[in-house]
Amino acid sequence: MDAPSSAHPLPAPIPPNIAAWFRAKGWAPHAHQVAMVEAAERGESALLIAPTGGGKTLAGFLPSLIELAERPREGLHTLYISPLKALAVDIQRNLDTPIAEMRLPIRAETRTGDTPEAKRRRQRAHPPHMLMTTPESLALLLSYADSDRLFRGLRCVIVDELHALAGTKRGDLLALGLARLSRLAPAARRVGLSATVAEPERLLAWLSRSGRWSADGGDGDVRLVLGRSGAQAEIGILDTKERLPWAGHMALHALAEVYDRIRRHRTTLIFVNTRAQAELVFQALWRVNDDNLPIALHHGSLAAEQRRKVEGAMARGELRAVVATSSLDLGIDWAAVDLVVQIGAPKGSSRLVQRIGRANHRLDEPSRALLVPANRFEVLECRAALDAVHDRRLDGEAPRPGGIDVLAQHLLGMACAAPFLPDALYEEVISAAPYATLLRDEFDDVLDFVSTGGYALGAYERFQRLRRREDGRLSVAGPAVARQYRMNVGTITQEALLRVRLNRGPVLGEVEEYFIQGLTPGDSFLFAGQLLKFLGVREMEAQVAKGGSGDPKVPAYAGGRLPLTTHLAERVRAMLADPRSWDRLPGDVKEWLTLQRLRSLLPSRDGLLVETFPKAGKRFLVAYAFEGRNAHQTLGMLLTRRMERFGLGPLGFVATDYVLAVWSLRSPSSTQGADMDALFDQDMLGDDLEAWMDESSMLRRTFRNVALIAGVIDRRHPGQEKTGRQVTFSSDLIYDVLRKHDPGHVLLRATRADAAGGLTDVRRLSDFLARVRGRITHKDLDRISPLAVPVILEIGRERVDGSATDELLAAAADALVAEAMPELRQTAAAPAEQGRLSL
Amino acid sequence: MTVQGTEAPGRIDDSRAPVALHGAALVADASGALLWPAEGVLAVADLHLEKGSAFAARGRMLPPYDTRATLERLAALVDREKPARVLCLGDSFHDRRAGARMESADAERLRALTADAADWVWITGNHDPDPPEGLGGRSVAEFRLGPLVFRHEAQPGAVGELSGHLHPAAALALGGRRVRDRCFVTDGAKLVLPAFGSFAGGLNVLNPAIAGLLAPRFDALLTVRGRIHRFPRDRLSPDRGG
Repeated sequence: MDAPSSAHPLPAPIPPNIAAWFRAKGWAPHAHQVAMVEAAERGESALLIAPTGGGKTLAGFLPSLIELAERPREGLHTLYISPLKALAVDIQRNLDTPIAEMRLPIRAETRTGDTPEAKRRRQRAHPPHMLMTTPESLALLLSYADSDRLFRGLRCVIVDELHALAGTKRGDLLALGLARLSRLAPAARRVGLSATVAEPERLLAWLSRSGRWSADGGDGDVRLVLGRSGAQAEIGILDTKERLPWAGHMALHALAEVYDRIRRHRTTLIFVNTRAQAELVFQALWRVNDDNLPIALHHGSLAAEQRRKVEGAMARGELRAVVATSSLDLGIDWAAVDLVVQIGAPKGSSRLVQRIGRANHRLDEPSRALLVPANRFEVLECRAALDAVHDRRLDGEAPRPGGIDVLAQHLLGMACAAPFLPDALYEEVISAAPYATLLRDEFDDVLDFVSTGGYALGAYERFQRLRRREDGRLSVAGPAVARQYRMNVGTITQEALLRVRLNRGPVLGEVEEYFIQGLTPGDSFLFAGQLLKFLGVREMEAQVAKGGSGDPKVPAYAGGRLPLTTHLAERVRAMLADPRSWDRLPGDVKEWLTLQRLRSLLPSRDGLLVETFPKAGKRFLVAYAFEGRNAHQTLGMLLTRRMERFGLGPLGFVATDYVLAVWSLRSPSSTQGADMDALFDQDMLGDDLEAWMDESSMLRRTFRNVALIAGVIDRRHPGQEKTGRQVTFSSDLIYDVLRKHDPGHVLLRATRADAAGGLTDVRRLSDFLARVRGRITHKDLDRISPLAVPVILEIGRERVDGSATDELLAAAADALVAEAMPELRQTAAAPAEQGRLSL
Repeated sequence: MTVQGTEAPGRIDDSRAPVALHGAALVADASGALLWPAEGVLAVADLHLEKGSAFAARGRMLPPYDTRATLERLAALVDREKPARVLCLGDSFHDRRAGARMESADAERLRALTADAADWVWITGNHDPDPPEGLGGRSVAEFRLGPLVFRHEAQPGAVGELSGHLHPAAALALGGRRVRDRCFVTDGAKLVLPAFGSFAGGLNVLNPAIAGLLAPRFDALLTVRGRIHRFPRDRLSPDRGG
């Protein structure tokens, strides 16, 4: 737990024995910790927004410690919910110290998926005073018939890392759980702990017992407590001596300079965006690690044991640097870190702020951070993120309605707990913020789905899972239904994973099955920081040996790539459109933009620039949309369909966070009616989108997750873990049949809603098409423009994600640069040892 | 019955592929059906009718449309091929109570189908040792015609044998992408048909349960989006190294 540092006079609400403990530690409570105690005394719920290291967790627990110290009692008093199992365990351990030192009559325990069955049973019979758990474990507890007895005396629910839960499906599940808790324990206060966010109102609404927050704040039932914000962070962008790469995401060019910074700091935390990046950057740092500095690796695929080892060494101050992904974004604090390095663009300003917050937890000293852009567009993005942090502007996210699949799971869970009246449960559900606007019709549809599958055919009336009793309540049809529910609870769905085992020895971690399927025995790949040789798959495990040769394939993990936020995209567009702001950019980048202005046009702030040019016998179309890779992917799918209809013969496309490039046999200019306004017309979101949904693998994946969460397909059967491959196959069959025979089914509606905000980002695309309507500028060029070079370099490396090395790309870049900007030929000449790669 | 869609003599369009089995000239159709033009035979395997409702009866609410979807595809095939004889190679019904659960409209459609065929044969399978009464057709344990025998489960060593039961599927890597779908599999002596039912899953042909039945060299005829592609065993990939 974080130590409060500054000296305040001890205020009244802190009782003497606790005050004595603070004094003995040489601490004094922070103002926000006192405010949290005051809120508790008035019985108010509270949202504490404070940067990491502000004694946030203690502030959350302090009122409960006081209450239990003054009025000892039995039974569950405080429930603590964290998004990470490890964090729950960590917090419990950290609480044990003050509880022991103050000799408080308090028992604190954790309950997660890892808790042994005997202990779980005991916890339900004799609950501890404080229980640390996860959203999934809470959902399970609430599905038992004795949940009423367990939670009746509850006084406080603490939700940690609320910013990371709200707006996700896990957050939806938790919000529904809290709504139920409020019914079981009306006296329980809610406490939210959050990192700094753009719109606290959304979190206040989330925490509110009504699920709503009025703008005037008049009838809000949650008190907002703001922690002292720390000193303004010192953030810089690495001013590299090397030439800035045109494309790629690894920033290998700059790692010698990063290493130099590591040498000059006590402990450096190096954040990357993907696990594949983590492996490569870690390897590259060790290649230049002439001093043998202890540099470690931490990402979500490594075995838990390995991760704990790194975290332990970090806590003991034995490491000089850790290369990490967002696996270190949450939770555990590292006071000793005095520099945070972000490799690659941060993709959003909130994320950058949270990452910088990992450094230097003494609030009086500024955090120090260094951004290392991996390519030229990322220079613009880093600059935009840095400006946003200085302006204290964070990314606002459009709120998304709660998942229908999650609601279905919850309704079944509630039926398992006790028979319910639909009217009463509806009222309870809409008191949860994600479902505040849920219509009764929709609720009834979901209820119907839970009961009989909700199919138009009405064939399953006789197989009801919920039975209506004479008193109008619905109850589960039998114990088998409850068993099924408990086996499938939760909203975390992921690709099938295979363990990676070294020579029948230790497990190094897990990788996605599809990656392993792409390997043949003898192939080498980077994992857990070492070069491994793939031997084969045995009993659900990938067997590997050390060593290996040839070009390593880096594990190309799913996910981990967040799209550029709307807010940062706006800033990047503004910067491009305003040449006066270029003085703050590195020379390479300024020169690049200047040449773009000479050869073509600059993308405008609000419109859309589309360039077309011939290259290698094909016609290229590049749209500078800046809407993030997911929206661009979808745009690419829809645009190529439309081009097909116009007879342009589209051949392929590639999407980056910034632009979309499509290549075709014929130029749009050559075809009557195929002008840009027609190509980018909003009506592509109608039939084209529908048609695409038929075949899109993204929609199928989304459907699979929805079907899993909604309980149509099993997460696992008793005694038999279904493999990911089998699940994928059968959910595809269901998707096809459902689309054809019941296109309005609630699961398909849920799939579309998910896709609109997630992988396909249709919502963002739709806003974009509306925004640029009538503002599209088409520039027909006779050759590639400077700004188009990065995206053209991405062509051909999408599929082999991560396997193309940046060196190879650099060679390809030189050829293109020479074509786009002959005046740069001098500086762009390829180093002698590099071959040329033609596209 | 004729083989349709041929553009030139000797060339079959890509929704069909010729297969020789123990001296008989057969045609594998991308729909998953096997045709024997000389005998006017159309064979399908593992319809698994009412699989959706079988799950629903156990509390897993899969969509109820699988019977309808399967029968629609089968009806379209029969309409196109006009076979003299339809052979269903077992596991046509997902379980013993499938007939009782079937929607009346679906049962009606199935009765019309069986009534139209000159000979409709239900070969029994492990899921349907006694096919439901009242839906038409006749029920046999296996069916012999000329050099061929049709049965549900392949028997080791049998030649000129067509069977179902195993739901073969094949996977392969194509230009960095992975394709996996249902397939026919044959070594020239035996042929295993893919499952025809809308909700029937697939088992990789490299799995010993299938590969072990066949000669060391065999081909998979992969059905993907209305097309059929023939690949030798060594081009195929396993699902997980097995």
